[in-house]
Amino acid sequence: MARRLTLWRWVVLGLAALYFLVPLAASVIFTVDVPGHGVTFDAYSRILSTEGFVSSLLLSLELAVATIAVVLLLMVPAVVALRLGAPRLRPVVEVVCSLPLVVPPIAFVAGIVNVLKWGPEHLSRTPLFQTFTAIQDEDFPVVLVLAYVVMALPFVYRALDAGLRAVDVRTLVEAARSCGAGWPQALLRAVLPNLRGALMNAAFLTLALVLGEFTVAQLLGFRPFAVWIYNIGGSQAQMSVAVSVLSLLVTWALLLALAGAGGGRARTASSRG
Amino acid sequence: MTHMTVTTLEKATQEKAATVEFRSLRREFGTTVALDGLDLTVRPGEFLALLGPSGCGKTTALRMLAGFEHPDSGAVLVDGEDVTHVPAHRRDAGMVFQSYSLFPHLNALDNVAFGLRMRKVRTAERRARAAELLELVGLGDKGERYPHQLSGGQQQRIALARALALRPRVLLLDEPLSALDAKVRLSLREEIRRLQQELGITTLFVTHDQEEALSVADRVAVMRAGRLEQCAEPAELYGRPATAFVAEFVGTMSRIPGELKDGTVEVLGQRLPADGEVPDGPVDVLVRPEAVHVHADERGDARVVATAFLGAVVRVTVRLADGTEAKADLPAHQAAGLGAGAAVGVSLPERPVLVAERIQK
Repeated sequence: MARRLTLWRWVVLGLAALYFLVPLAASVIFTVDVPGHGVTFDAYSRILSTEGFVSSLLLSLELAVATIAVVLLLMVPAVVALRLGAPRLRPVVEVVCSLPLVVPPIAFVAGIVNVLKWGPEHLSRTPLFQTFTAIQDEDFPVVLVLAYVVMALPFVYRALDAGLRAVDVRTLVEAARSCGAGWPQALLRAVLPNLRGALMNAAFLTLALVLGEFTVAQLLGFRPFAVWIYNIGGSQAQMSVAVSVLSLLVTWALLLALAGAGGGRARTASSRG
Repeated sequence: MTHMTVTTLEKATQEKAATVEFRSLRREFGTTVALDGLDLTVRPGEFLALLGPSGCGKTTALRMLAGFEHPDSGAVLVDGEDVTHVPAHRRDAGMVFQSYSLFPHLNALDNVAFGLRMRKVRTAERRARAAELLELVGLGDKGERYPHQLSGGQQQRIALARALALRPRVLLLDEPLSALDAKVRLSLREEIRRLQQELGITTLFVTHDQEEALSVADRVAVMRAGRLEQCAEPAELYGRPATAFVAEFVGTMSRIPGELKDGTVEVLGQRLPADGEVPDGPVDVLVRPEAVHVHADERGDARVVATAFLGAVVRVTVRLADGTEAKADLPAHQAAGLGAGAAVGVSLPERPVLVAERIQK
């Protein structure tokens, strides 16, 4: 019985591996096996020297960091307050946070474009005009961060909610307060450290979302990493696939780095035990 | 069990043991009244148990003293000083919670030192103090353990050490034993009591377990529906309950029908002096099982319904002639011949008895 179960597991694992690895392997072979030249890593070496690679990747990373910071600063106090103060509002917040999943990005971006057009026209005589210009800065488009924050809400909410379910926030806060901690201290020192896993999950999902996001950035006319890959693909097929493979590896590396940073302190903490 | 020692540092608390006063506290949650004018004074250094059925407001009262709930009206005083509007973290009250409330990300030592860290005590000093407190609760060797590596009883002891770390003026215990298994519960409550006596700290202990309350507290305050029913020493509470509610909530009580007339009551063919403010007429006499005498009597009109062996005594349930049931505790040797169905005679000792209004059945 147990043996048959193990066998099944291997079969399923094998099928899944085929499903994921075959396209990946095909991509890699396509990039290194150039007809007439044999195996060459030329496509990869050209990436680094191609104009826009470093800048677009950096832009994407900056956007990701900013988005993670904003969305966590917004959502962590919100969900904690929700749990402590107004548990009855939870369904409302849950629905609001799920809306971005329902609204297609294309509709979302169409709305943003309209606002960006409408705003400067009507506010041209007010200081808000400068705001509209500033958030569309090519070097760091704040408007993208705002859009990504909205798009990350469903994932971040769910990750944090799951994390909060696992700890008794009220008791932790009360215990901290009876130990002489004020509200900010209680949240910072007693609640947040126990949400480490949830915060990590939220950050993972947001990072993956921002690195891969194409529609909004493209339609608003900015050039983060995903848009750059797309543009390259039009002209140099082989290199665009090479970049895709590379971006996959970069994302994995970043996720691993995040996991390492998150788990690292937990591990040192338990090794002290 | 580790012997607990109290250092001179700890003795310092004894001198500043605080008085706690609840003054006509009132609190409503929506339509339910949690506290309906609670008045209660806790003496300095006293171990007072708040006892009552769930929903009687005992936990609300404790949480008001901790600063987690605020009264709609009334005041909470510590040492004569009104603390009603002082926020929880400045209340100077250590609290042990019902559920495990240790910070999961900190080890035992850091949990105990948490409050000292909030007070910005220097690292070396607070580690020394925390180690001393762990020693005090008998877990000096478990400082490096994390909460998930400790048993429930150990966790609650560490929570106790954490609550004592800031040398609070009052110690609040919110059903700290209810999540533990019976044996640990018994040993931990004795330890809490011993520690409390050694430290001389004013302590409030919320429980719904009357045996727990009677066994550890200096005085027990019985609450019902947001009000104080009676606050007295355990022996008095048990022997001379002020109301029928207290009588039946604390310990086992049987109701035997009687007739009240001019301060004496006619019950089981005896005439006994009566306690309790009830108008003359049909009443119930409230009696403890140990005060009911049952003896085998061929001509008796009561019948044994059931017997339960409780160790030193056998609890005999008898059905009286009129159909009411009463419980009696008999020494095991006396109960030997009394099986179910045996005819018995029932009598009460010649002492004043507590009477209450007749409950129609």
